[in-house]
Amino acid sequence: MSEITLVTMPKWGLSMEQGKVNCWLKQVGDAIKRGEEIVEVESEKIAGAVEAAADGIMRRQLAAAEDTLPVGGLLGVIAAADVPDAEIDAAVADALANFKPLTADDESSGASPEKIQVGNRSIRYLKRGEGGTPVILIHGFGGDLNNWLFNHEALANSRTVYAVDLPGHGESTKDVGSGALSELADALLCFMDAVGVDKANLVGHSMGAGVAMAAAVQAPARVESLTLICGAGLGAEINGDYIQGFVGAANRNAIKPQLMKLFGDASLVTRQLVEDIMKYKRIEGVDAALRTLSSALFADGRQQSVLRDQVAALGKPVLIIWGEADQIIPVAHARAYTGKAQVEVIAGKGHMVQMEAANEVNQLIKQFLS
Amino acid sequence: MASELTKDRLLQAYRTMRTIRDFEDRLHADFATGEIPGFVHLYAGEEASATGICMHLGKDDYIASTHRGHGHCIAKGVDVMGMMAEIWGKKTGTCRGKGGSMHIADLSLGMMGANGIVGGGGPLICGAALAMKLRKLDDVAICFFGDGASNQGTIFEALNLATVWNLPAIFVAENNGYAEATSSKYSVACDNIADRASAFGMPGVIVDGFDFFAVHEAAGEAIERARKGGGPTLLEVKLSRYYGHFEGDQQKYRAPNEVAHIKEAKDCLTTFAKRVTGAGQLTQAELSAIDAEVAALIEESVRRAKSDPKPAAADLMTDVYVSY
Amino acid sequence: MARKITYQQAINEALAQEMARDSSVIVMGEDNHGGEGSPGEQDAWGGVLGVTKGLYHKFPGRVIDTPISESGFIGAAIGAATNGLRPVAELMFVDFMGVCFDQIFNQAAKFRYMFGGKAETPVVIRTMYGAGFRAAAQHSQCLYSLFTHIPGLKVVMPATPYDAKGMLIQAIRDNDPVIFMEHKMLYTLEGEVPEESYTVPFGEANVVREGDDITVVTLGRMVHLADQAAQAMQKNGVHVEVIDLRTTSPLDEATVLESVERTGRLVVVDESNPRCSMASDIAGLVAQKAFGALKAPIEQVTAPHVPPPFSDALEDIYIPTVADIQGAIGRVMEFRR
Repeated sequence: MSEITLVTMPKWGLSMEQGKVNCWLKQVGDAIKRGEEIVEVESEKIAGAVEAAADGIMRRQLAAAEDTLPVGGLLGVIAAADVPDAEIDAAVADALANFKPLTADDESSGASPEKIQVGNRSIRYLKRGEGGTPVILIHGFGGDLNNWLFNHEALANSRTVYAVDLPGHGESTKDVGSGALSELADALLCFMDAVGVDKANLVGHSMGAGVAMAAAVQAPARVESLTLICGAGLGAEINGDYIQGFVGAANRNAIKPQLMKLFGDASLVTRQLVEDIMKYKRIEGVDAALRTLSSALFADGRQQSVLRDQVAALGKPVLIIWGEADQIIPVAHARAYTGKAQVEVIAGKGHMVQMEAANEVNQLIKQFLS
Repeated sequence: MASELTKDRLLQAYRTMRTIRDFEDRLHADFATGEIPGFVHLYAGEEASATGICMHLGKDDYIASTHRGHGHCIAKGVDVMGMMAEIWGKKTGTCRGKGGSMHIADLSLGMMGANGIVGGGGPLICGAALAMKLRKLDDVAICFFGDGASNQGTIFEALNLATVWNLPAIFVAENNGYAEATSSKYSVACDNIADRASAFGMPGVIVDGFDFFAVHEAAGEAIERARKGGGPTLLEVKLSRYYGHFEGDQQKYRAPNEVAHIKEAKDCLTTFAKRVTGAGQLTQAELSAIDAEVAALIEESVRRAKSDPKPAAADLMTDVYVSY
Repeated sequence: MARKITYQQAINEALAQEMARDSSVIVMGEDNHGGEGSPGEQDAWGGVLGVTKGLYHKFPGRVIDTPISESGFIGAAIGAATNGLRPVAELMFVDFMGVCFDQIFNQAAKFRYMFGGKAETPVVIRTMYGAGFRAAAQHSQCLYSLFTHIPGLKVVMPATPYDAKGMLIQAIRDNDPVIFMEHKMLYTLEGEVPEESYTVPFGEANVVREGDDITVVTLGRMVHLADQAAQAMQKNGVHVEVIDLRTTSPLDEATVLESVERTGRLVVVDESNPRCSMASDIAGLVAQKAFGALKAPIEQVTAPHVPPPFSDALEDIYIPTVADIQGAIGRVMEFRR
């Protein structure tokens, strides 16, 4: 049976209970390579492709387009060409017979975000996994810890991984002070004090990468390594229209075209994603926080803090990952880093590369950290 | 209370009453020409009521008025030029030509509006008074209403609410004897509107509405009590209107010489003038000077109202919402 | 994951947060705390269904019980709004507006216009509406279209706990009179609601579900039934777009028209009686402004033209059902010229 691989409905993030099959990208009989996208699935929050976990032939498809399945529900079967049909049918029967959908209890026993007082701010974070030097995932401008929906659990299978909401974001206090990277980095370092993390591997996306770099500059001893994903702080250019458009958007019709710039595949911007961003933007203090940050960090469509050389001088291990189709910060910044770094550019993906090419990004980070 | 009435205050009282009278007389004359749109309800004859009461008020005190509201507006300090322009339907009017005679209001002066709905103001002044009480101000809110409105449920509800909440509210029933064409002798079940006060747990006071001094004194007591947290009062002011319910009303429901007789015997301006000149408080020359100034003011207000522009078509769509 | 609370708790939280933020916000209504003037417990009720429970002790003097005197206290709330307060008055059941409508539609709604733009009346009138409580003809109506008809009023009806909180905060901060309609059958509905304060703007419909085959425009409690119907239709391969109007005044015409231009098919679902209803209003709007896009006649799913009945046997067929909505969607989809 070992050569039979079941393809199941993935669980993308805490709130996902079920997903809808959008379309099969491979058909029964197609040869499949591990890591290839085989089926497109949509949760309330986001659409994405399920990647093959093994090489083989697409032998069965148990769900049709438009079907909605609970998380863990059987979508299809991949197996080598020489596995007999009877064996596959037996595996399918077994999987269907033994399938238990997640219950509310499973849900509540899983990790859930917590809040901790850090100075005069409350900071929300989600901790998963145990062991090793902790990893801290730091989202970008206007984001929150859910930006790591497809990464957090995968990275946490062998180590402690925190995802935080920066000040002004998610469910953390909305006061961002001056909005300078150094102030956000201070907040991050104080958060590390509060949760008892002395030293961490910082993984930052976009503005979060800038925060990670600033933290490394401010407290080099507390940073083991830096993973910078489509990061700010590596050069001066940034898409000022996006920043202004995001900050100024007052309704779904205004925000949607901005969010579409974040992905290589704009169809990934679902109704729910748009609604979630609008819900965030409506919270008291968010508009002021975003305006403060955008004028402190990205005034006139230029990044105000370029920490590239200061970070390079620290000599820390650095992994730089970029979506080649990034429309927010130019991919050229990936190669402009002046220090020693592993640079990975992922074709066809946009600024939210950690969501769009989650498996690949997860693999790169895992390899880098080990 | 009369001791409060310094010479300046007496001059002010006379000026206010004279302004109301001339304003209404002029409207009576001009309305007959057909140039003024809609219809107007004139306050002539009732001047002592609005004047005697509003002289106790500052601009933070609120009044709610009636469809017969010009007198209350003038007594509360609303600009006469703006009022005349409003009644002529001009853009320069107090309400930019959107309210007209029955809806003249100036909240910046505590004038909550004339009101086209009989009895509409009672609940509103309870709210204004509640706000004063919660904001710990010593302001008062006054509801003017007529004998017709005295039979409306809104007034009963407001009277009850004012006592339940112990509000700084005064209810002034201006009983001019007729609700439109129906006599209050028929429509009001009790002898006096003020008799109803006891049912709502508040003092009821009856005052001669032709006598400025009586109104001023009775209102002063009620207002002072309210300012000190003593709660509401129902003040019935018995008076008469000189003109019909609206302009054009032939008043066939009144005795043939009723109005002439009242004018002759009780007119508030005449009795006021006689009393203050007789007591040597004011001279006839001083009163005549005011008469001349008021006449000029009213003439000017009509001249401007006639020549001012009407609202533009685009004005139709504005001022519905603060934001929409 | 965001915290889940009920629709009722969301309303209470919005009131509490706004009262804490702004001392000019007061709450008044019948039994809004309850127990005033009696020897027992104050705050005994917190409104007839307990929505305002607990506010009385947090905000002394600012949660005011009223006599059963709707003209009086609704008018007082309006009057107070012209004099520096931001009152939130509770008209227990919308059916009771018959005894105070003058204060709402002749006074509050008209001040600004009649007074030439020189008045602001920031009052909120919260009121319970809708059938399903076996409460019969005088406690079960929807009546939002009556308010919607009046220029000068804003009329809003949140369908979810999230919208209830954000729209009530918006209503309280809004400088125009707002009729805030709460469906009594939604009070126990749970949903994710941020703990922080936020506002949901008026005049922006919520696209509850995206689809390209047919548009269902709905509001209030019917949003949930329409969404269930849409989910069921999806199994038949029909992709239904469900639009929750959220507010009927202002009305988000653009979202409705954009959707129908795309789908070419429209079902309007409205719990109220059919004549001069939001259903007929939306149908009229689309017929007028998107006629060219229509591939089939518009269907309306509403209560029949009868008062809400008492007996459960009758009320259950009075209120539109998921099956009714599915039937209408099916008919519109199958229409051929």
